[in-house]
Amino acid sequence: MTLLEVKGLKKYFPIRKGLLRKVVGHVKAVDDVSFTVKRGETLALVGESGCGKTTVSRCIMRALDPSAGEVNFTLDGQTTDLATLGGKGLKPFRRHLQMVFQDPFSSLNPRMMVGDLIGEPLLINGMSDPAERRKRVRELLDVVQLPVEYMNRFPHAFSGGQRQRIGIARALALNPSLIVADEPVSALDVSVQAQIINLLLDLQDQLGLTYLFVAHDLSVVKHVSDRVAVMYVGQLVEIASTEDLFHRPKHPYTEALLSAVPKPDPRAKTERIILQREVADAANPPPGCAFHPRCAHATDLCRQQRPALVDLGNGHQVRCHHAHVLDLKGVGATV
Amino acid sequence: MPQTPMVDHPDHEAGGSTSAATPLLSVRGLKTYFKLDEGTVKAVDGVSFDLFAGRTLGIVGESGCGKSISARSILRIVDRPGKIEGGEILLQQEGDNENAIDLLQLPHEGPELRAIRGKEIALVFQEPMASFSHYYTIGNQIMEAILLHSATSDDAARARAIELLGMVGVPNPERRVDEYPFQLSGGLRQRVMMAMALACDPRILIADEPTTALDVTTQAQVLNLLQRIQKERGLSVILITHDMGVVAEMADDVVVMYLGRAVEKGPVDEIFHDPKHPYTQALLRSIPSIMAKPRTKLATIEGSIPHPFARPSGCPFHPRCPDAIKGLCDVKEPPTHALRPDRAVSCFLYGDAS
Repeated sequence: MTLLEVKGLKKYFPIRKGLLRKVVGHVKAVDDVSFTVKRGETLALVGESGCGKTTVSRCIMRALDPSAGEVNFTLDGQTTDLATLGGKGLKPFRRHLQMVFQDPFSSLNPRMMVGDLIGEPLLINGMSDPAERRKRVRELLDVVQLPVEYMNRFPHAFSGGQRQRIGIARALALNPSLIVADEPVSALDVSVQAQIINLLLDLQDQLGLTYLFVAHDLSVVKHVSDRVAVMYVGQLVEIASTEDLFHRPKHPYTEALLSAVPKPDPRAKTERIILQREVADAANPPPGCAFHPRCAHATDLCRQQRPALVDLGNGHQVRCHHAHVLDLKGVGATV
Repeated sequence: MPQTPMVDHPDHEAGGSTSAATPLLSVRGLKTYFKLDEGTVKAVDGVSFDLFAGRTLGIVGESGCGKSISARSILRIVDRPGKIEGGEILLQQEGDNENAIDLLQLPHEGPELRAIRGKEIALVFQEPMASFSHYYTIGNQIMEAILLHSATSDDAARARAIELLGMVGVPNPERRVDEYPFQLSGGLRQRVMMAMALACDPRILIADEPTTALDVTTQAQVLNLLQRIQKERGLSVILITHDMGVVAEMADDVVVMYLGRAVEKGPVDEIFHDPKHPYTQALLRSIPSIMAKPRTKLATIEGSIPHPFARPSGCPFHPRCPDAIKGLCDVKEPPTHALRPDRAVSCFLYGDAS
């Protein structure tokens, strides 16, 4: 069952110049992105900095207003387009979409005690009885495996991993249907990162959560997601099941991305694909396929015509003119 | 507390020493402390390692392990209130394998030390934007290093800057030389940083998290460049990183650090395939792998890295260690056992290892 359907989502930021701040162009941060997230699954949105993955997540949360497109959210069998709603109309939906942030140091108010931080969303949503609130906060601390005594401490007393647990407890307070986690483990040390990844997996099993997991680290993504969507310069270039995407990539950019991940094994003899040149400018994308200036397989067709996202079957969608003929390497191809 | 040196000192070896046996740079028992009002933070507490000519030494560890402070201590650029409290940093003189100078004995801001910084040992930082001046063109900043260390004309220095930019793969170096750092992308800035470090043809390059701020595909470009330059120039590199993947791909030898201590040391293949220290073993198990089956849980290390003021007694890793021996690990600091000249571990489990 589909929980979230993003359809033709666009977010353009105007570029203004001169004394009169005239609009001289647009940064197409998100340019026609469509995907669905099923209830109970994890969809990872991956890509390099500036590809628009965070902008997509912020448009879904309505922290940003989309320039065009639909964000259809299904609640109790009823589907609503969040993109068309205003402040008041959105309010009943806010509690069902929660966010876990990247930086556990700046996302918690240093002047609030942990109990108040986690209880704040409850208070805002009408749980006015302090005793009831404390009870729920206790439950939540238990869920994220923090001692209940921590309730009366301030965030500065905690390590990064503990703070991220507090952030997760806060997001879970209102029993949301969808959790958007934007790089939730990238600020953490490896040994702590593993704990948080495991916690997120456990919580999903226990509470039937749905995650939209925005990340750049493909190794982390491999551990948490059911399906993966790869973005490049504001567009989805490939979307497939985790297994298919990592082992049978169909887009040359995905292949390069996978090969560039350093493998923690000195014996791994994989060929790194070194992409030439730089990521295209979203304000001035090249004609045709946005990836063609860096693509080893580019032809005249790629230079002139923008490829469409086509389904190769099994839900494996790819935006490449030559997807059906290219023989690309996934991870573990050498084993 | 006396510290057992991690490697037998090469000076003890009989016969003429080859370049492979004499470390180019040898750090022994380095201690760098930060004396703060709240107490003393032993950021680096008795660390020893060797860098051999033409090789890459990877220093890995999580935040607060002292890897960056170790590197900064080598160049004596630790920010206050940090102070080097003890140890030796022996740099082999060029063309002279017998005598090494101890950088810690040189006057703090004297000409000898300044002649070494940038000329003999160069440093590449993690944040290329924070390490450049915003007010000078990149050409000017590269030229500054050249003019400081050699008697050349401005024109020759400029030509050399352009040549260096070309060498590190900056497109249109003749045009780029007059650009400012903010006009460059992160990957290009890191290349320029590298050009600047190489300007005076150093023997040793210290790269402190050189690719951490970069995207994976850009990281791949920069790592490739680093490998190429090292091969071409026979550079010796100290690579500091938290990324085990980067270490595995780049390093010849590895030092694993935890809370200011070098807990294990050895050739890269042995560190990854035969780790000895419980911390190294646990760390390797907890890395997410791109080869993993989707949705698999990771092995974790219990707890978190202790706060620097709340440093555990005995072995700093004992509260998180699955193999900790009660009454020993929490009381006594483990000595460093040299298993072989190039292999050492600091743990009681290897007390009688031959």
